[in-house]
This record gives sequence, C-alpha cells and structure tokens, in this order.
Amino acid sequence: MKYESQRVAWWFFATSMLLLTLQLVYGFIMGFAHMGLDGLHDVIPFHVARATHTNLLVVWLLCGFMGSAYYIVPEEVGRELFSVKLAWLQLISLVVVGVVAIVGFHFQWWEGRKFLEIPRPLDWLVVVNVLLFLFNIAKTMWKSPRITTTSCVLFFGLLMAALLYLPGMIPTDHQTLDSYWRWWVVHLWVEGVWELIMGGILAYLLIKLTGVDRELIEKWLYVIVGLTFLSGILGTGHHYYYIGTPRYWLLIGGLFSALEPLAFLGMAIYAIAMAKKGGRAHPNRNALAWTIGCSIMSFVGAGFLGFAHTLPQVNMYTHGTLVTAMHGHMAFWGAYAMLVLAIISYALPQLTGRKLHDTPLATFAFWASNIGMVAMTLAFAVAGVTQVVLERRVGMDFLTVQKELEVHFFGLILAATLFAAGIVAYLVQFVRYGMPKGDVIGDVDETSEVPAVSTAAEALS
Amino acid sequence: MLSKSAARRFFLGGTFVCFGAFVLLTLDTLRRIPAQTNQDAMTADVVRGKHLWDSSNCMGCHTLLGEGAYYAPELTRVYERRGPTFITAMLKDPAAMYPGQRRMQDYKFSDAQIADLVAFLQWIGTMDLNGFPAKPTLGQVAVVNSSTGETMAATADRPLVFNQLCIACHSLGGQGGMVGPALDGVGNRLTADYIKSWLRDPLSVKKDSKMPKLPLSEEIITELVAFLSKQTTASTPKEAGK
Repeated sequence: MKYESQRVAWWFFATSMLLLTLQLVYGFIMGFAHMGLDGLHDVIPFHVARATHTNLLVVWLLCGFMGSAYYIVPEEVGRELFSVKLAWLQLISLVVVGVVAIVGFHFQWWEGRKFLEIPRPLDWLVVVNVLLFLFNIAKTMWKSPRITTTSCVLFFGLLMAALLYLPGMIPTDHQTLDSYWRWWVVHLWVEGVWELIMGGILAYLLIKLTGVDRELIEKWLYVIVGLTFLSGILGTGHHYYYIGTPRYWLLIGGLFSALEPLAFLGMAIYAIAMAKKGGRAHPNRNALAWTIGCSIMSFVGAGFLGFAHTLPQVNMYTHGTLVTAMHGHMAFWGAYAMLVLAIISYALPQLTGRKLHDTPLATFAFWASNIGMVAMTLAFAVAGVTQVVLERRVGMDFLTVQKELEVHFFGLILAATLFAAGIVAYLVQFVRYGMPKGDVIGDVDETSEVPAVSTAAEALS
Repeated sequence: MLSKSAARRFFLGGTFVCFGAFVLLTLDTLRRIPAQTNQDAMTADVVRGKHLWDSSNCMGCHTLLGEGAYYAPELTRVYERRGPTFITAMLKDPAAMYPGQRRMQDYKFSDAQIADLVAFLQWIGTMDLNGFPAKPTLGQVAVVNSSTGETMAATADRPLVFNQLCIACHSLGGQGGMVGPALDGVGNRLTADYIKSWLRDPLSVKKDSKMPKLPLSEEIITELVAFLSKQTTASTPKEAGK
C-alpha cells in the first residue's frame, strides 16, 4: 500500500464480504423452496427471499466497486484520497440504507420491480450516497498531478452507473414503460457501464500483476470498452422483444446481442495474452488466478450463455424461465463477483501487511467456488431446458412441470454447497489476513512496473 | 499498428453513435407504445391494479411479459387461460385453490382490489407482444376457445369454464393439473346428481375434501354436469396422472 488513505478500502471490502455471506443464505432458502421444502414460507416467503438475494448482490458488488476505487485511485493518480472522513460517512450511510432496505423487504416495504425493489425514499438516499462517493473520487483525481487512462475509465464507469440509476425512477402507470426504463438501468449497468468499471479494475490488476507496459494495456482497454458499448447499448434491445414494444427490436436486439460476446471474448484474450506476455511473475498467483478466471468465466457466463439465450427465436421460448436464472448466475459470478474477489485478493496482502496469498486455503477457495458455480449453472440449465420443453413446447401445467424439476434443484443445492464451501474458505482467508495494519511504503513500487505517467492534459486530450 | 489515440477515438466515436441511435429508437418506441399496448383500455382500475401488482411484489414469484421470478406461473395470458372467476377465487384464498401445492402468500385483498388486479391482468392480455408467449406445439393442450379460432380438436367441445377452471387441478385426456384426480371416465363412476351436489359445495358431500367451493352459477353447474357425465372413456393412451 502506498498511501495511508487506501486503508479505508478494507472496510468496504469487509462490508462486501458480509453482504455476500447473507446473499448465499437467501439463495439456499430459494433453492430449498424450489425443491418443495418451503418451511420458511410464513416467515420469509419466496418473493422476500428473492428481492433480498438480488438486492444484496447489487449492494455488495457496488460496495466492492467503491472499495476498489478507493484502493486504486490514490495509487493511479499518485496522491492521498481527498477525504477519508467522507469515505467513512459514505460507507456508514450506505450500510444504513442497505440495512433499512433489507429489513423493509421482510415487512414487504418495496417497489416490486425486479432488481430495483428498493422503495423510492431510499432510492434518493442511494443517489446522494453515490454522489458523495463520486465527489470524493473526482476531487482526488482533480487535485492530482497525473491522470491515467485506467483511473479515467474507472471513474467514467462509476459516474455513468450513478447517472443511469435515474431512468429507473421515472414515474409511470404503464407496465411496458415501467419495464422499458427499468432495463435502461439494469441492462445498461451490467452490460454497459459496469463493464467499464470491470475493464478499469482488470487493467489495473494486469498492470500490477503482469508487469506489461501500461501503454499497451490501456490501449487495448479502450478497444474492449469500445466493443462493450458498440454491442451493449443497442443490445438492450433483447429486453424489448416481448414487452409491448415495436417489432424492430427483435432485429436490432438480436443483432447487437450477438455481438456482445465479442467484448467478453476480447476481455478474456486480453487478460490471458497480457499474463503470458508479462515476463515477471508477481508473487500473488492467487490474485492472478482470480483475474484470469474472471475474464474467462465472464465470457462463458455473460458472453456465451447470454448469446445462446438472447437470439429472438430461442428467447421466445426461454424468456421468463429458469434458463434466465442459469445465464444470470454465471454472468454475475464471472463478470462482477470474481472481479471484486480478484481485487480483494490482490489488495489484502498490501492492506494488512501479511503475505497469506497462495496458501492451500486460497487455492481451495478459488477452485471450489468456481467448480461449484459451473455445476450450479449446469443444474439450472437442465432445469431450465426441461421447463422450456415441458411447459412451453408440450404445454404441461406449470405446477406439474415444477414437480418434475424438484430433483434438479436437489442437484443445484449440492452444487451450491460446494460453491458456498469455496466462499467460506475465501471468508476465512479474509479474516486470517486481519485488520488493515499494513505499512505505507510510499511511492516506491512493489513491482518493477514502468511508470508510464501522463499528465492530466495528455490523458484528456 | 493501432495507436492508443486511435483506440480512444474508436471508443468515444462508437459510444457516441450507438448511444445516439439508442436515444432515437427510444423516442420512436415511446411514440408507438400506446397503440401497440392498447393504452386506450388502461382504465383507472387497470392503473390501480398495476400499482397493487408492484406494491405486492407479484414479480417476486410470477412472471409478467416474461419478466419476474420463475417460482410461480407466467401471467401474461392468464385472463384468457383461467378467466376472471378463477383469478378472483385464487386471490381470495390462494391456499384453497391449490391444496398441498406450492404456496402463495394470502394478501387479504379486498373485493375491490381483486377487481383491480383482474382488470390489470385483462388489459395485459390485450397487448401485442410480437407473438409472445408462443403456443405450445408439441403436445395437445387444453386451450381456450378464443376468437382467433385456434382451438384444438380434442378440447373444442369442452365448456369454457372446464378449460379455464377445472383443468387447473384436474386432467382429462392426459392434459391438465395433477392436484385433483383425473376426470377420465368420471361419467361411469359418479351419477349426475352426485356431480351436481359436489360442484355446488364439495365440503357438504365430503367433509375432508380438499376441493374448495367454487363460485359457479347454476347454469354453469348444469353445463359441467352434462359434460362430465359424458366422460365415459375410462383411460387414455397417455397416463393421466393420479
């Protein structure tokens, strides 16, 4: 760690890990309910578990992104954070909003709009919170002598993520318009600006872990985020096939969704190529495994499975079935969960001053969670395809089909147990690292990275 | 070889063009949505129903327009599939309608609220969704006599209420729910009088019956009795379920 203020990132990461743990609990509740074991129905009915599960995901990822920005930006721009106090204020308010929202869900205080269930008054608090965060990061960058492409891309991604939260708050009485604007948020987040954040964090990790020249990494970063927006923005069309919007979205959405895997493929090739190119082996092999793993799993989950599911002819039958859950789980895991786990794996030795990377436990965490997730995806896939055939093609009754699927959810729970074992190992590792008491080593690099410093004027020109 | 500034131009240019196109398409879509979604039929009841749909987080289990969770049935065409009688009965007492099955929360809706939700679901059913949901083509399904004339030969002679209500729990000819017993050959097993008193109130015939008393008019009961008495084919090639 080079700057004292980077320490605050640890608290964001710790919060993230706590929320992830809770998310798994709610996932299991739903898995068991699908198996027919809905003993908690009177306390935590399915829709409560569902809203909690997805919103916890969003919050822990955002929390992880914020922590990443607080860790990365000082190092990238070469100065302390503008205000650590502000970061603390922002973390605490985020936790308060999160806790109120989650508790509120259990009393059925919500909006009932998939992924954006947080009630309106809390929406505004989220906006204020994110503005505080952006202000802190922007002020840090503004005052610094240099601005790097990596930090710019990261900041631009975070800024757009905040702005794109607003369309979801447009009031409407119309179901189609409601969905239309909701996807402006959800799709343009996960298949748009979040990929910018992902690109920024990946670029930072690759620069640190592989020692490849910054100029080269950042050049390809532009190409990849360029591909992301080229395909991802109009790719929003795949949510507009069947919700009462014009037919031309079938063509536009289908075409641009088919291009979406390119961005992820680019990301995977980029990460692997840079890792091979890097002559110098960074001691933290575990962080490199998470980094490369992230790029590969995001290609499979978000790119390939997304592609398979968004062709209009296929989507006609898979739309609104468990096939969506199959794609969703691996996509979020590969693209964003693994990304946050990668940056945490990289940052922890620096933050805590303890070198616990590459322990057997860390290796176990990586493999168990990834194999578990692949198995979960397969279980969802079998359940989803069975549902499509029996319900959508043969026309069997919904509940009859769901009975047939119970056995696949038993498989899902077995896979999820392996996955959870991996995550628990990761958490144990996190706890063993201890508090962020690492030494501040100042502006001497722990790697032999070529410092390709450009001035603010250069980066913005 | 590609330079960094060329890469940046590719990123900025591509983003600008795509976002511009997206905004234009959005403006056009907003202009076309009213006609495509039958917005004129969006009455005050429908709007109240929509907000009830949201505040109850129905999407947390069901899907509508294919969006939501995958724990409970897709409801886009539920008005056509089950009809207002079934939907009303279900919303009044979810546990009674599917005894021993996957449970739905009892929201304790008032009659007015239920009417709003029914109006909302009816309106959703009138939207032009570019062909979604596709009709199942591999099996023979109990589809409703619709104005489009898309009826299966095997189900065309059934009373509408049978295809909407009864089929939710009972099967006939291998099609339908498996909550209650299959109705193949029911005309051999039960007399018309028994069926009639059963349909009026199952609990008065059999105290521990799991079938709820359904809001059926005498005319409909007569129609159903006539239809069920004709069901004398004991079994079908397909296993009808138990």
